[in-house]
Amino acid sequence: MARITAGIGASHVPLIGRAIDTGDTLSDYWKPLFDGFNFTRKWIAEEKPDVIFLVYNDHATAFSLDMVPTFAIGCAETFEPADEGFGARPVPTVEGAPDLAWHVAQSVIQQDFDLTIVNKMDVDHGLTVPLSLMYGQPKKWPVKVIPFAVNVVVYPTPSGRRCYNLGKAIRNAVESFDKDLNVQIWGTGGMSHQLQGPRAGLINQEWDKRFLDRLADKPEELADIAHIEYIRETGSEGIEMVMWLVMRGALGDKVTELHRHYHVPASNTAVGHIVLESQS
Amino acid sequence: MALEKPYKDVPGTTIFDSDMARKGYHLNQFCMSLMKAENRERFKADERAYLSEWPMSEDQRQAVLDRNYNAMLALGGNIYFLAKIFSSDGKSFQYAAALMTGMSEEDYKAMMVSGGRSPDGNRYIGENK
Repeated sequence: MARITAGIGASHVPLIGRAIDTGDTLSDYWKPLFDGFNFTRKWIAEEKPDVIFLVYNDHATAFSLDMVPTFAIGCAETFEPADEGFGARPVPTVEGAPDLAWHVAQSVIQQDFDLTIVNKMDVDHGLTVPLSLMYGQPKKWPVKVIPFAVNVVVYPTPSGRRCYNLGKAIRNAVESFDKDLNVQIWGTGGMSHQLQGPRAGLINQEWDKRFLDRLADKPEELADIAHIEYIRETGSEGIEMVMWLVMRGALGDKVTELHRHYHVPASNTAVGHIVLESQS
Repeated sequence: MALEKPYKDVPGTTIFDSDMARKGYHLNQFCMSLMKAENRERFKADERAYLSEWPMSEDQRQAVLDRNYNAMLALGGNIYFLAKIFSSDGKSFQYAAALMTGMSEEDYKAMMVSGGRSPDGNRYIGENK
């Protein structure tokens, strides 16, 4: 039986990818940020997950305004790193896990979450930056990945509660897959940031830390946070944190927090990172 | 019944909702076209001619030519789409963010390094700072 053993939360700021790609991770600006991922890099090398169910958002890359799926699951064999306007990142092709992805799609749709099935899609920094943070610069990613895109660009985005419940459905789906697989789920994006308008640059450290404090043991409280609170308190792009709730929902009731890191800033963004182990 | 829009009183912020997405459809699709190198070249060679190929309003075209990002936001542009314009210009997100706040890039960067813009005084329009 496949199992979701652990979850990771991590921001996916594009400039973090640039710092890794250009070998700038030891500079004064970047070192404190990357040091906070050392624990996880060692831990994941020992855990050796077979598949990452990677919850992220597309930033007007694979999905233009022609089609805006609320939840999209990548079922392809492979996914290419996207050219986001200045050439593709120099990272390996992402290898999918189509057997499990199709299984999850079928199971989750039958649990009343209407997913969009995607068989051809390039993946942008939202997906590749977290992989680089955990795995560095390998020639080939040592893990298969199911890209799971959540619309957080065109309002309204799905609610935190919807995302949390979706996570639970994903857990049910993975646990009913016959193959013996160690699956991790990652929730990416956030934390507080606003990239647009005269209020750009907003950061709310106190709010972010309270979110991290409650993620392991009080996820129900977080699931109740309304869109307007994310917008007002964490900036217009802070809404990405609903994707962390998909991750938390998929870990079951009891989790242990193994590691946490918080750093301001990466470019315009507060960077949060957490590692949670499923106990149920 | 009208849809509820509780975010209208957040200062300096445009939420990209259904009204904005409809208004900005062609502006944003123009931005998407800049993800192809050959389109970037054509745009750079003659911006006005390239823009005239898109059924955008004249205000939208002028805002692009002026690189007036706040105007583009008000006319239905979304920041992740508009990013294709400043990326084509070789500019960073931080450059664009600074421009939209009216700060110099240096001052903006310094603000971020010292913890970013506080939410205090920035939650509601007209709130006392």
